[in-house]
Parts: sequence; C-alpha cells; structure tokens
Amino acid sequence: MARYESLLDACGGTPLVGLPRLSPAVPEGAPPVRLWAKLEDRNPTGSIKDRAALFMVREAEESGHLRPGDTILEPTSGNTGIALAMVAKLRGYRLVCVMPENVSAERTQLLRMYGAEIIFSPAAGGSNQAVATAKQIAAEHPDWKMLFQYGNPANARAHYETTGPELLHDLPTITHFVAGLGTTGTLMGTGRFLREKIEGIQIIAAEPRYGELVYGLRNIDEGYVPELYDASVLTRRFSVGTRDAVLRTRQLIEVEGIFAGFSTGAVLHAALAVAHEAVRAGNRADVAFVVPDAGWKYLSTGAYGGTLNEAEEALEGQLWA
Amino acid sequence: MAIEVRVPTILRSYTGGAKIVEGAGDTLIELIDDLDAKHNGLKGRLITAEGGLHRFVNIYVNDEDVRFLGALDAKLKDGDSITILPAVAGGALGFAAAAALMGK
Repeated sequence: MARYESLLDACGGTPLVGLPRLSPAVPEGAPPVRLWAKLEDRNPTGSIKDRAALFMVREAEESGHLRPGDTILEPTSGNTGIALAMVAKLRGYRLVCVMPENVSAERTQLLRMYGAEIIFSPAAGGSNQAVATAKQIAAEHPDWKMLFQYGNPANARAHYETTGPELLHDLPTITHFVAGLGTTGTLMGTGRFLREKIEGIQIIAAEPRYGELVYGLRNIDEGYVPELYDASVLTRRFSVGTRDAVLRTRQLIEVEGIFAGFSTGAVLHAALAVAHEAVRAGNRADVAFVVPDAGWKYLSTGAYGGTLNEAEEALEGQLWA
Repeated sequence: MAIEVRVPTILRSYTGGAKIVEGAGDTLIELIDDLDAKHNGLKGRLITAEGGLHRFVNIYVNDEDVRFLGALDAKLKDGDSITILPAVAGGALGFAAAAALMGK
C-alpha cells in the first residue's frame, strides 16, 4: 500500500531487504545463511521510535491520561523526542523535552522544527544535573504528563502488534531476530510475538557499550534496568563496543549501500556473529535485524570518515545509540 | 591460566585503580573468588547475599552476557576476555531523568 490518510497512518510497514553481499558464504551443498535488514529509518520521522510514540500517545488518549491541549514532558534528546514531537503536533499536544546542553545540533534543530520546546540542563553536571533539572520541572508543573517509555507497556505492544507481524509476514522462515537494547521495547514486543509463532526462534539483543564517561554512576546501586525488560524473552545478549559498531556501520554502506546510524552497526555486529556460527554449525539461518535509523543525525560527529581510531575518539563520551 | 578482566571506574577502588586485572578459574564464580582473594571486597559488589549476580551488574564473556551462558556457572577458558559493566540500559540521561520523575 502506498496511499495513506495522514502521516500517522504511514507509520510502520517498513521494507525488509536482503543483504546478499554481507551474508556469509556457505560451503557448496550447505543450507543457506541469509541476513535481512528491516529499514526502520523509513518511518515518518526517520526512526523506529515512531511506532512506540504513536502507540504510547494513543494508549494515553484512550485511558484518559492525555487530554486535548495537554503538555507532554519527555526527558530525551534522541529519536523518541523527535517521534513524540511529530505525533504531539499532529494530535494537538505541546511537547517539552529536557536534554543536556551538549547534544548534537541536528537533534536540537529537528526537535524545534517539529515544534517541541527544549529545556536544557547544564552539561557540566552530567546525568545527576539532568535528574535534578527534570525533578524541578516536574515539581513546578504537576499537570504535565510523562509517557515514560522505559516502563510503558504500549512501547512493547507497538512492536508486538506491528514489527513482529510484519517480520513474520515478510520472512516466514526467520530463525533469528536481532535488535538493539535500550528501553527494551523492540526486543520485548517483537520477541514475544515471534516466540509465540515460531518454535525455536532466537531473540538476540545487541547492547551498545559506551566509553566510561557516559555511564557516570557513582556506584553500582545507581544502575537501572528498564521496567519493560524480561530476560526470559531473550536467548542471547551481546555487548558491542564503539569500534565494532563504527566498523559495521561503514561496512553496511560500503558493501550493501545502506546508510545507517551507529546503533545499526552494533546490531549488525551481533547479527554477523550468529550468522557465522550458523555457517560453522551447518545450519540454515534467516537472520533479520533492525536498522533503527539512518546516519543523517550523526554526520556532525565526523565518525563516518577518517580512521577507526579517529572515529572511536569522535564518539567518546557520546550516546551513539 | 590467565583471563583478562576489565573493571569499570566505579569498582576500581578495589583494584588499586587498575582498569584491567588478571584472574583464573574454570567457571565465572571461580574467577570471581580468585579476583576477590587479590582484590578484597570485589566479590561483595558483584554478588548478592543470596549468592546471585547483582541486579545492576552485567558481566560479559567475550562480549556475551553471562546471564545467557549459565550465569555464575558459565564456563571459562584461557584467553577469554571478561568485561564488568554497571547496568544502564538506554543511555544515561533518558533513564536517569525518567526514573527520577517517576519517583523511582
């Protein structure tokens, strides 16, 4: 289908494309091992977060949590903020984003163009300062509504009801599903759906491993596991460092012509690992992985050019996924 | 046998500031016991009183989460690379601010 009543109706239904050049070669007579990329940058604001934003806003409307003209408060500088800004604009809400002042220029400009208001927290204070700023804003505006994507079941449900069924329809022979782990919504929703439909399917998480600066914790007890996370949905979980993520992101555009963000590189790294294991074991595999967004928003990092060492340095201290 | 272990900043007070330490063991729990003998108190930060992995600690063997490899009984071999990290899914700003707003 190529005609939609509005932009919101054009959410999802993204292409699944084969990667014949990146898929590992198998010995003659051995069963095929194929990689497939689900291009989530083909959503209305260019990322997979449109699915979650739309479902969370719809659910809040249906439950009465959101009423016309309400203000939504979202402490994110990333794709969720951009997706929510678009949905809020079209559904008649005001969006306020809290973010550190040192985020990339592309993100700030995009959010403003979609109509979001931005409250900056001082970069110097790191996440502790962001927490303090967010708490202060919430206290001053008790009527502002949060959707809380880390604990909102509608985030995972978006993938249970859309991403999962799309994959099953387009690739009924799927053996592995690989996606990035952040709020965990994509993996929980899609993973649950596919597990119900395909016996023995592998659900694999790729988690970005940042530089020390990004973690910014004072002790272990300040850690956080999203409320949505249920380890029993996953079969394996990989930690992928900046260098591997950059290497795979570059490989994807060089070999298959797909221009993706760095989180895609982390996901592809894990997908290649399981694909090569399947080849060694002599098993058939159809490995589908998620491309959460394209590379446009990350061009200013400079990490698409230069040596791997330079790219690693450019991304040091940044949230690249 | 030697296994390389990467220690996060917040646990380096136990390793004299060292970012990478070496240990030995056929399983993860044996390795942790060996590390604790050299770096007293480290085990108490990784493992709870009930004997399980701390909820906010993630340990990876060659980049794979040990919780899916048998947890503390995960088998190790010479040359393996272990990474210990605090759990901070979703990036520092988003989760921290969101959790604070939700009163968690």
